[in-house]
Formats: sequence, structure tokens, C-alpha cells
Amino acid sequence: MEIFGIPLAAFLGQLLLGLVNGSFYAMLSLGLAVIFGLLNVINFAHGALYMMGAFLAWMGLQYFGISYWVMLLLAPLMIALFGMVIERSMLRWLYQLDHLYGLLLTFGITLIIEGVFRSFYGVSGQPFAVPPQLAGATDLGFMMLPIYRAWVVVASLVVCLVTWFVIEKTRLGAYLRAGTENPRMVEAFGINVPLMVTLTYGFGVALAAFAGVLAAPVLQVSPLMGSNLIVTIFAVVVIGGMGSILGSIVTGLALGVIEGLTKVFYPELSSTVVFIIMAIVLLVRPAGLFGREK
Amino acid sequence: MTLALEIKGLQAWYGESHILHDMNLSVAQGEVVTLLGRNGAGRTTTLRAIMGLTGRRSGSIKINGIETIALPTHRIAHFGIGYCPEERAIFSSLSAEENLMLPPTLTAGGMSVDEIYQMFPNLEERRLSQGTRLSGGEQQMLAVARILRTGAKLLLLDEISEGLAPVIVQALSRMISTLKAKGYTIVMVEQNFRFAAPLADRFYVIEHGHVVAQFNANELSTKTDELNELLGV
Repeated sequence: MEIFGIPLAAFLGQLLLGLVNGSFYAMLSLGLAVIFGLLNVINFAHGALYMMGAFLAWMGLQYFGISYWVMLLLAPLMIALFGMVIERSMLRWLYQLDHLYGLLLTFGITLIIEGVFRSFYGVSGQPFAVPPQLAGATDLGFMMLPIYRAWVVVASLVVCLVTWFVIEKTRLGAYLRAGTENPRMVEAFGINVPLMVTLTYGFGVALAAFAGVLAAPVLQVSPLMGSNLIVTIFAVVVIGGMGSILGSIVTGLALGVIEGLTKVFYPELSSTVVFIIMAIVLLVRPAGLFGREK
Repeated sequence: MTLALEIKGLQAWYGESHILHDMNLSVAQGEVVTLLGRNGAGRTTTLRAIMGLTGRRSGSIKINGIETIALPTHRIAHFGIGYCPEERAIFSSLSAEENLMLPPTLTAGGMSVDEIYQMFPNLEERRLSQGTRLSGGEQQMLAVARILRTGAKLLLLDEISEGLAPVIVQALSRMISTLKAKGYTIVMVEQNFRFAAPLADRFYVIEHGHVVAQFNANELSTKTDELNELLGV
């Protein structure tokens, strides 16, 4: 069976790959969106923290024999803690200033983190085995479905949807939305906004670390895995609309799929297609597909 | 009896601009006090300074006898203060009801949601609308209603009658009377003297960031000329 001259199995294979990449895009841009909304900081360190998440999973298994499943919880918690220390000690002083300062600081942090990991582990990737429970593939009849990839898509969708639900439908989320709009007023109601800001940053970077652990068995665990991804993530954020929660989830998944399908139909364009879409979106809707015009 | 609010030698800045110069005022429990003055005299800044929303502050702001000048904004509200800013600050990413439910309960004895909807039926009708889609009057009711829910007993109300239709201004006026009868302490900033006159127990006139005169409600008739001159009407 073929679609536009492409074997169906190849088509579906790329579609799944696109969904897997899209899941990473969605989780990472979601974290960026949450952070940007409340902190007004473009968190360039997101890629490095994603990489650290993957490395923590690898180190846990390699040095301490801690399983993938434990690290899937532990790594995000550790990165959240690390992020909250960064927020309290450094980012906090930049909120009143232009976005550029936060971007520069987090860029500097990225260089330091990546430098440290590179000096210990070099640039080549460390292999990370798929956990035994998720190894292998299942035959769907029309294609072979690698179980781990399906798990990545499902797990990140669940995390994204839960995040969306909490932000849009709960009281906690109402604090966050209100704080994004007018933090001083929320504070005047007696809500500890500085604490909320710290926790939000912790949560945002925990999402990155979670994505990192999920990515470890799919991609190679390498000090540069974050910087390879972060530029694309920023394009996703721009297309979705800076700070939009639903926008970053939908755009992340959609762009992953578009990228995957471009690989099938016109491979030469596959690494550029996201940026072409970004350029078009910026021309037509400068605030992004889901963003609100200011 | 301790004063609900006692401000002594308050100075406040926005960045480099020095706005409040040695502000002194006091409000007893259950009193309704109105701050009068021209635009830019420092009345709004006084309310914002009480909440810690200005830049640097110095001097003394005691709430129920407790010094709050050094506290962060989020701690100040917990002394039972409800602040309704001039710009209303209704959140557009929240529905009307989410706006209403947003401020956390500060002390027991606040109005229940039912009571609020009884007082402002419009808010119930429009509870699922986006906050900023409400009319100006509805947004003003919402901005006041949400601080009544919290149990705050000291209300800081900034220009709540501004730009509203007469019928809504009357409703707000009735509401203030009700609150006063219930023993709330209220500090209002008002441009609309006719709105404030029948409600307030006392008036402070503010100019260039400090108090230049004060009147009791029963002195109003004899001091009209002086007041007109101070307010430039």
C-alpha cells in the first residue's frame, strides 16, 4: 500500500517519529511558555536543563544502578531544585529589566553547564538502553510500533494535558494566570507571588528534565543534545505565540509531525521547514498562532 | 481602642519621584474616611503605599496597631485589608467568577458568594464571561465584590464611582452604607464629592503628597468655600 508513492509503513514510521519529536517540542515549549508568562524571562537554559535531565537518568543507571522509572521522577525533582536555586540566587534580580538580560544570563548558565558536562563526558553520545518493560515493538498489522516511542508520545501528552488542565481549570492555575497578567495586584490580595515565581520556574525546568529522561533512550545522551534542540524549540514558541499554554502544546506536536512528514516527501527541507513556517507566521501573525496581540 | 489605620510621617517614591511627603492620617475602627484632592495630589499613592505597591517607603503605617512598613505586599493583605485599585485590575485571562474567587480568604466572616450575587445579580448572570468582557460598571462591582468575599474589614477603595452610570453609582453608594452599618472600616479616594459627602465620617484634603486639611462630616456645610478652593472646583 502506498500514499503519494510512499510506502505506507515508511509514511507511518515517519509520522510516529514526528510525533515523538513533537512530544519533546511540546513539553519543552510548554515549560518555556509557563516560565515566560510569569517570570518574563526567556529561559535559554531550558535546553541545558533538558540535557541534564537525560544525563541524570544515565548517571543514575550507570553509577548507582537506579532504574529508568525512578529517575523519571527523581531527575525532574533534582532539576526543579537546581532551577529554583538559580531563580532565587540570580534570575530574581532581572525581572524589572528588559527580556534581554534574562536571556543573556540563562545563555551564560547554558554555556557553563554544557562546558562542565563536555569536559567530563566529551561530545560523543552515551548509549542508554530502553527499559526492559518497554523494549521491542508490537505489530499493528499495518506497521511495527516500537513500544518505547509510543510510550514517549503517551507520557508527554498526559503530562502536557495535566499541565494545561491545572493552569486553565483550577484555582492554582487561576493564581498563575492572574500573576502572569498583573503580579503586583495578585500580591496585594495576599498571595506570595515571589514563592509562586520560584515554584513556577522549578516546574518549568522539571518539564524539561522529564523530557530529557524520556529522550535518553531515543536520542543519545550527549552534552550537546540540548543546544541541538533549543533553537527549534524557540521557533516552536514563536510560532505558537509566546506564553500561550495550549499554543505551545499544539504547535509542538504539529511541528514535530510536519517535520517528520517533510522527511518523507522532501527530505532536503526537513531541517528547515520549522523555520520557514516561523518566518511565514511572523509575517502574517506576529503574536504567533495562539498568542494575543499586545 | 486601637486605630484601624495609623499613618505617620509616610514618605513614598516611584523610582526617583518623591510622591508622598510626610503623610499623616488615622482611621478609627468602623470609620469611613474619604481622601479628597486634585489629580496627582498623592491620594492613590497613599492607598498604594499602604499595600506596599509603591517604590521605596519610609515612615510608619500601623494596621490595627501593628507596624507594616517593612513587610512585603503579600503579608500586608493578611492584616485584613481589601484593596480595590482605580484601574479595577480585573483579570482578562480569568472568568468573572474566577476573578471573584481569586483573592484568598483572609479572615472568617467575609461575604458568601450567595450574598454577593444577591447584592450584584449581574455578576451571577455573567459569571462565566471573560472578566474584561464585563461592562465598566460590572467590572467595578466585581472589583469590590471580590474583596468583600475575603473577610477584609479594612477596605481601600480608589475612585470606585469614576466613569459609571448614575444608577450604578447609587448602587455602590447603597453598598457602602450597608458596609458601614456592618462595621467595616473604609478609606475612599474620591473625585466625586457628591458621592462621598453623604457616606464619609471624615475627610482629608491632600495636596503635594501630604494632608493640608481635615473636616468632620458635620463641618461640611460651614466649610464649603474653603473646600472648593482647596479642590479647585
